[in-house]
Amino acid sequence: MNDTRIARLVKARKSYGAITALDGIDLDVHRGEILALLGPNGAGKSTSIALLLGLHRPDGGSATLFDKDPQDIDARRRIGVLLQAANLPATLKVDELLRLTASYYPEPRPVAECAALAGITDLLSRRYGALSGGQQRRVQFALAMAGRPDILFLDEPTVGMDIDARQSLWVSIRQLVAEGCAVVLTTHYLEEAEALADRVCVIAKGRVVSEGSVDAMRAHVSLRRIRCVTSLGIDTLQAWPEVVSVDTKQGRTVIATAQAEAVVRRLLDGDPGLSELEVQRAGLAEAFQEITRDTENLQEAA
Amino acid sequence: MSTIDSTATPAMTTARVVAAYVEEARAECLRYLRNPGFLLPTLLFPSVFYVMFGIFLAHANSADAPRYLLASYGTFGVMAPGLFGFGVSLALERDTGLLTLKRALPMPPGAYLLGKMCMALLVAAIVSAILLCLAIFVAGVQLPAWRIGGFFLLEVLGVLPFAALGLLVGTLVKGQGAPGVINLIYLPMAFLSGLWFPLPVMPALLQAIAPLWPAYHLNQLALSAMGLGQGGEALHVAVLAGFTVAFVAIATRRLRRHG
Repeated sequence: MNDTRIARLVKARKSYGAITALDGIDLDVHRGEILALLGPNGAGKSTSIALLLGLHRPDGGSATLFDKDPQDIDARRRIGVLLQAANLPATLKVDELLRLTASYYPEPRPVAECAALAGITDLLSRRYGALSGGQQRRVQFALAMAGRPDILFLDEPTVGMDIDARQSLWVSIRQLVAEGCAVVLTTHYLEEAEALADRVCVIAKGRVVSEGSVDAMRAHVSLRRIRCVTSLGIDTLQAWPEVVSVDTKQGRTVIATAQAEAVVRRLLDGDPGLSELEVQRAGLAEAFQEITRDTENLQEAA
Repeated sequence: MSTIDSTATPAMTTARVVAAYVEEARAECLRYLRNPGFLLPTLLFPSVFYVMFGIFLAHANSADAPRYLLASYGTFGVMAPGLFGFGVSLALERDTGLLTLKRALPMPPGAYLLGKMCMALLVAAIVSAILLCLAIFVAGVQLPAWRIGGFFLLEVLGVLPFAALGLLVGTLVKGQGAPGVINLIYLPMAFLSGLWFPLPVMPALLQAIAPLWPAYHLNQLALSAMGLGQGGEALHVAVLAGFTVAFVAIATRRLRRHG
């Protein structure tokens, strides 16, 4: 059997002093896929990436990259990295940075090709320190792919970018994936995960709490939300068997239900004067909130 | 679990590994030579002091003063690229994430420190060359070629103990505090080692503890290179080598543990 897993965390634990960053996390990255890691700040996304990059060693469990220790330089010669915060030397020119990074790899991509892919051809002779934040981010992306990596780690790649720049970066990422490169992406922008990811992993409190395709993640929250202005009272609505919960927000009644159609029919029958009707499926944002909230509740209950 | 097919992995040839070290050193030199905030004080302080005290005010002193002060300011001059080039840059780069990125990238082991070392050697060579030119062409110091060559080589290599000390400080201090800490080492050590006032005119206690400072030993060697030494060169070399090894050993242990 041909194993397609190229990066793995198995029951990995990591603590910084009294703080448990990773609590026995299991994570697989498969060849050629885009995996998005989502989760609140401090959930363990960056620590997971740090273990896979060999920046830290797990306290327990294991981290492997191409079946090797991530601190093995041969394994790292197949990766590309864009970290959340990295101030590159301000006095070096963009082409010098590319040339330097490319020198670490056995068969790097030519400087011109990196620049074209990242859309920075016009910046090559500029000093890094003279670039805007968004331009610096694109340069960092060009550096990440300079080594023709098999796997690319992108930690919050589009922070500080405007929407055009963000979308053009997404195009470049898809191009790399078309070449067979896998991508591990952490992001706060849910639309980024929705636009790019094959698979989403939600991390909370150092564990994977949910994992699946974007659609599966949305389906995970099967509930839909009905909003309307109605004269029907909360108590009446709560008595309906299809209704999971009822709330009022800013003068509107918000009903959560798994059977939106049935509830809407009853609402319209019960209140001819009903207005401002809205039915929404949970987006990834809500799915994600729901999942992390559930975990917190579970842990509090435990 | 079966193994992952690795036929697609090209091997890194020795030539490419060597090229990576060269690129790292080249990039490190370029970035500092383009940084006037680092380069100007490093080059100007020893040169200006030498011009003032070694040339213009030298008449008040003995005829040996320009030669004596070439040794002092030569030593003073090479302390800075070592201490600041290593210490400040390492402290900042640990803070700003550059070192983390370099550790994640497949940079060959030690290339980061070797690159900084090349930079420090290069700047030390420039400082020494400027001071030698000032001494020979402006102050009219007469030196045989072998003394010039010996002094130059000594000062260039003399940057290494200070680079090692800078490295150690860079692993202990993080971020913006580093320049202050380095100055607190740099300036008192220069004074206590007799680089500003000759040791014989200093209090006996300071004379007695002078051998504690690496700069004292380098200065004694520089004076020997100028023909003004008091012997004991082998001991000074051994002490400097000992300092260097000790600083590097402690620093690499800290780097490995804390990154």
